[in-house]
Amino acid sequence: MDRHIQNDQSQVSFENASCPLPLHHHDHIVIGHGSGGRMTNELIKQVFLAHFKDPQLLLGNDFASLLPPECKQGMGRLSVSTDAHIVKPLFFPGGNIGKLSVSGTVNDVAMAGAIPLYLTASFIIEEGLSMQMLEKVVASMAETATQADITIIAGDTKVAEKGSVDQLFISTTGIGWIPEGRMINGQSAQDGDSIILSGTMGDHGIAVLAERGELGFSTTIESDVAPLNNMIETLLLAAPHTHVLRDPTRGGVATTLNEIAQQSRVNILLQESALPVKKQVQAACEMLGFDPLYIANEGKLLAFVPEAESVAALEAIRSHPLGNDAAIIGKVVPLEGEIPRVLMKTLIGGTRIIDTLSGELLPRIC
Amino acid sequence: MCLGVPGKIIKIYDENSIRMSDVDFNGVTMRVCLETTPQAKVGDYVIVHAGFAINLLEENEALETLAMLDEINKLGEEQE
Amino acid sequence: MTFSESYRDPELVTKTIQRIHKVTTQSWVIMEICGGQTHALMQHGFDELLPHAIELVHGPGCPVCVTPLELIDKGIAIAQQPDVIFTSYGDMLRVPGSEKDLFSVRAAGGKVKVVYSPIEALQIARNNPDKQVVFFAIGFETTAPANALSVIKAKELNLHNYSMLVSQVRVPPAIRAILSDPNNRVQGFLAAGHVCSVMGYHEYIPLAQKFHVPMAVTGFEPLDLALGILETVRALEKGTSEVVNAYPRGVIQDGNRSAQDIITQVYESCDQKWRGIGTIPDSGWKLNTGYADFDAENRFDVGKIHTRESEICISGLILQGRKKPFECPAFGTLCTPENPLGATMVSSEGTCAAYYRYHRGKK
Repeated sequence: MDRHIQNDQSQVSFENASCPLPLHHHDHIVIGHGSGGRMTNELIKQVFLAHFKDPQLLLGNDFASLLPPECKQGMGRLSVSTDAHIVKPLFFPGGNIGKLSVSGTVNDVAMAGAIPLYLTASFIIEEGLSMQMLEKVVASMAETATQADITIIAGDTKVAEKGSVDQLFISTTGIGWIPEGRMINGQSAQDGDSIILSGTMGDHGIAVLAERGELGFSTTIESDVAPLNNMIETLLLAAPHTHVLRDPTRGGVATTLNEIAQQSRVNILLQESALPVKKQVQAACEMLGFDPLYIANEGKLLAFVPEAESVAALEAIRSHPLGNDAAIIGKVVPLEGEIPRVLMKTLIGGTRIIDTLSGELLPRIC
Repeated sequence: MCLGVPGKIIKIYDENSIRMSDVDFNGVTMRVCLETTPQAKVGDYVIVHAGFAINLLEENEALETLAMLDEINKLGEEQE
Repeated sequence: MTFSESYRDPELVTKTIQRIHKVTTQSWVIMEICGGQTHALMQHGFDELLPHAIELVHGPGCPVCVTPLELIDKGIAIAQQPDVIFTSYGDMLRVPGSEKDLFSVRAAGGKVKVVYSPIEALQIARNNPDKQVVFFAIGFETTAPANALSVIKAKELNLHNYSMLVSQVRVPPAIRAILSDPNNRVQGFLAAGHVCSVMGYHEYIPLAQKFHVPMAVTGFEPLDLALGILETVRALEKGTSEVVNAYPRGVIQDGNRSAQDIITQVYESCDQKWRGIGTIPDSGWKLNTGYADFDAENRFDVGKIHTRESEICISGLILQGRKKPFECPAFGTLCTPENPLGATMVSSEGTCAAYYRYHRGKK
């Protein structure tokens, strides 16, 4: 864990002085927890190491020194990803910021077709955050890491003055190995590919919005936040020539498909009737004037699979608990003109363009 | 201007002297003001816009229209 | 039952559209004046399913788009004042004023809050007695009862820190203005279903008769839209100028009397400037003397506002249905939803924005 002292020592300030007496029990994070001294050590021991038990962490160095395990299919390349997580509220139906920070980065690493192995986690904690809340988040991260079969090997803690951070920000970096022979990326979509969405759209975004309580509605919808690497391995066994994998997070399915269309320089044609969406999510979107295609997902993936492997791919995803509602939602078609587009055949047989999300999602009355 | 969605009133209550309700839309519950539809009762369907019930939904009218369309389609005739 | 699913049934919609094809024997220009209908027609891709002989044009039915730029500038100025919490429907936040939009006011530290209902704005006023809470009360007749009720309750509950910045517009005077224009091409109207839910449709009957223009009160689901268009075309083919209610589950001729009473308690008729069109007599509502205290324009002194409209924007012609977005040289290039030059691109219901999102490059 990082031991650097947080406070500027060139000016005397009694405000940030950390208490020299070893106070063993705290209900809330205080600024002293970020000082790098004894209180920081106690925090690390009592909260973080109680849940993150990798032997490297327990050695107490400022680094982890690793001998990566042999990859059965060959050494391959590394997949590395980093992400910062800011979510309000910290706890929502189906998950919390901890589960999100582990799942999100594990998923990004796994979308390369990689086997995620390690995660680092950096915490920026607002002074005054309850210890109980921090513990819950950390415990959840450990649980999610176990679920994803990865280990947290390095971390950092900083405490920021009250008001300068909204409770808790977490940044995670993930590392994985891509087995030899796998070439899965956004540039590889090809004409004729089937596009599979692994489940219902918009669950996470709507669950979080409802929990915020700002738009006057409540639902029983839960966030779909989950690590998908296990499901991806099941998919790649059945469809080894999968071309693209991506999780449609912020901006939703629409934005992610536009990104891939741009990268691969293809057009995409969707079928509105094939889009999986829960009735409650559809109802909430209609009430507020949102389109489920633009709402964030945190436990879903889009897979571009050659047509010959599409049935096997769909069956494989559906057989996994996180992919029961998977569906083929469209296909890749040749580019027409200069600009890649995502188009959709509507319920009544018309066609419309599905654009990228522009700006913030706002509820409307029109 | 007209984002209006039909839902079913499941509870009516007074909140700070304003007549409010919980309206169900396929499992989503929304807080809706009923001051504009004083005659609405629990079990009624209302059209909701900007957090207000702008009118009651006339169920029998909806059914009549669908029945009429069904009739026309079955006969396959034009009654223009 | 809400019937939403039945009114989306693809088979019923297809059969109704087939009937439209059967009855159409010549070209007709039909206008809808409702941002929600513009949005729905685009969303479902109606234009390519209808007979080519039917031209659908989109009128000034987006209250966000027609809100005068001066008022938006005033709202932004008020929002920047200390101790003001500025509340608004989500649609308005993205609309740029002459210099900036409400988003940037928020980024600079101003208190700007999106509310889904004016009741929320009242709640904010109740919870913040030491702040001035201003609600941006825009909308057509559909939103008027909600906006009006908020000042009735504010007065009743002595919430004197609450006020409204009002831009209420009415559909029938807009129809009259469009039909009175010597260059008018519109031959039939789809009347906005939820406006009529509140106000009824008796006002449209003399308009239809005077100008010989049939109208169909139309809903928002695909089947509703198809039925509304079908009824309008049938009347045009027969040569009648009737008003047909094609949305009977949501509208009765007299409308919602209780909602209308709420409106008349608070508002009185006034001349109203429509952005892109100009002033239409008697086409708006303002707070009457009984509620003038709650008018934010009276309460706040924001000094001189310098309003600047784009010179190349042709919103006015688009709002009247005389030009299409792709006929504007700035469409999709200088003028996009991220950088709108004028009224019809600012809101996602504006004609140009809707075309940009759903149709760009198709024609």
